[in-house]
Amino acid sequence: MMKTMNSRIRATLLAPLLLLLVAGCSTKPVQEGEIIEPTFAADRVLREDVEYASDVYDPWSGLNRRIYVFNANFDRHVFLPVVAGYQAVMPDFAEQGVSNFFSNLSEIRNVINSVLQLKAESAFAGTWRFIINSTFGVAGLFDPATAMGQPQMDEDFGQTLGRWGVSPGPYIVLPILGPSSLRDTTGLVADRLLFDEVRFLGLNENSHEQWLYYTLVAIDARSQTAFRYYEMGSPMEYEMVRMLYSTKREMDIEK
Amino acid sequence: MRTILFSISLFLATGVAGATSESYGYPHQDPYVATVVGTPPEFRAVLPEKIPLKKARLTVFEGREVPESLWYEEGLRYSYALQKQAAPLVFLIAGTGGSHDGGKNQIMAKAFYQAGFHVVGLSSPTFANFIVSASETGVPGHAYRDAADLYRVMTLVRDELQSRIQVTGHFVAGYSLGGFNAAFVALLDEQRKAFNFEKVLMINPPVRLYSSVSLLDRMLENIPGGVDNFNQYYKSLVERLTQVYKRGDRLALSEDGFYKAYQELQFKNEELAALIGVSFRLTSADLALTADIMNDAGYIKPKNLRLTKYSSMQPYDKVAMRLGFTDYVHAFFYPHYKAKDPSLTRAGLIEEMSLADIEEYLRSATKIEVMHNEDDFILEPGEMEFFRRVFGERAKIYPYGGHCGNMEYRDNVAHMLSAMRQ
Repeated sequence: MMKTMNSRIRATLLAPLLLLLVAGCSTKPVQEGEIIEPTFAADRVLREDVEYASDVYDPWSGLNRRIYVFNANFDRHVFLPVVAGYQAVMPDFAEQGVSNFFSNLSEIRNVINSVLQLKAESAFAGTWRFIINSTFGVAGLFDPATAMGQPQMDEDFGQTLGRWGVSPGPYIVLPILGPSSLRDTTGLVADRLLFDEVRFLGLNENSHEQWLYYTLVAIDARSQTAFRYYEMGSPMEYEMVRMLYSTKREMDIEK
Repeated sequence: MRTILFSISLFLATGVAGATSESYGYPHQDPYVATVVGTPPEFRAVLPEKIPLKKARLTVFEGREVPESLWYEEGLRYSYALQKQAAPLVFLIAGTGGSHDGGKNQIMAKAFYQAGFHVVGLSSPTFANFIVSASETGVPGHAYRDAADLYRVMTLVRDELQSRIQVTGHFVAGYSLGGFNAAFVALLDEQRKAFNFEKVLMINPPVRLYSSVSLLDRMLENIPGGVDNFNQYYKSLVERLTQVYKRGDRLALSEDGFYKAYQELQFKNEELAALIGVSFRLTSADLALTADIMNDAGYIKPKNLRLTKYSSMQPYDKVAMRLGFTDYVHAFFYPHYKAKDPSLTRAGLIEEMSLADIEEYLRSATKIEVMHNEDDFILEPGEMEFFRRVFGERAKIYPYGGHCGNMEYRDNVAHMLSAMRQ
């Protein structure tokens, strides 16, 4: 019974995505009549010897752009309404509690990756935070560690790879999760292998509980993110987001 | 009742009653610092952290075809916050490339809502969503046509909200280009009389559009080595930001952390000017590319080439970033309007896009108020005189604040509200 429900959920989630990937419009512009060179044609305006900040290695751009549009639609029609419902139902302190709880769990990932990057200070900070917040913070529902002057240090396996010289590789837009890279996507998988929160919490894998857990993680993460698709007033939003994501990750690794 | 609300909010906004302009206490005396950094928290007016601002979408032109690659811009987005009781309504017009709920529109929205107004936030006619959904021509930057587009939108928004509120009078306020737009909207209202605006407030408006966009275009020359070196400049900025980020951790990338980051980065003047130039260039690029796609004008994108929902914007995005607003004026804007009216001259069109074109009206229209800063760099030397000469007492000119940098300062917010008193 559980199993069928799971596969049904998975099918509902995946079907539109697959459809989107195989069907529909092309990424290629459509020629409608004779093409007339624009006033400012690229080959006249752009020079070969100039580097462009917006250039990010994106060989899978066609697929990425489809997923980007899918994500925007999913965000508008599913994600944001659910987040709004969640925020309406949950008292603010409970929302904060949930957020703190997940954040405290992610401390283990921070510590593991701090160790892997030989960042002693960060590893100690994370360990100290986890101990304080798990005890005085009532299993992580509160965050006294930050109040005591020790902010969270975000570290993940993508950053660990970057720290040891792995380049980001192709840009990837992940379904629902959004901007990533081959390196950072690998990092996501590795982090899960290194520390499985579901197992740690004693939840049944491939069960209702697991889905509920991930759904709540996703809702919490979205409610913490101010970004809204297609509101920046730029026809170049995809390119802008790609550039900013790449820059932000370089900064994270450097940190 | 309104007067009471007004006095209370004035008091709240100023914190100190009766602050005089002789002791103007806005802290940044450098116009570039003021513009980039704004008002430090301890100098801001006391405004509500949140107001019940709702977002909505409106169909302006039934059956308008939106280009596939701009599919998400269908329907004009705007925002509003309504009072429960009868109240005056103020339309807020954003500046160049600004959205209805952008930072500066939100400052105004909070101030006026707190003072008892219904508020309606409108995007600038130069904002992509407005160009696609509410601009009749799709070629923005035209003083009179943009005003007509705004007026149409205002009328539709009023119809939309009419059943839910009681309005005791209509007002308009706008900053930067939005302030400029407000003057032309006021003039249009004298003919059409749909609102009979009681007061109109222009905050840091340009006088002559072409002068201001030329000045802003040129600010990009402050990038060391010019625009060709943009990438190196970007990288060096990121590097320095990273140093702050390392120390301050998450803080540096949050909005509150921005001021702290600025303090630590110790920007030089020309670096700040370059930042302003980059920001204006991004705005110009978005505007020109959107208008180009909308009209299939063959400006940056080849004519007769239709971009799909999933098409790459390369290399058009790069080309757009290399072109200034003045390029748009000469190679797109002017030819577009020239084609409609062969008698039009380039110089004639440029001079029409100026407050000087409606000087007589502005002189006589006592309902219009101006707030400006002596050191605003979007004005050419001598242009400030225009405001003094034409508006006299109705022009409040602060000694500094750069371009809209002091909008959130307590004296400015207080003046914003008192200027709109009926």
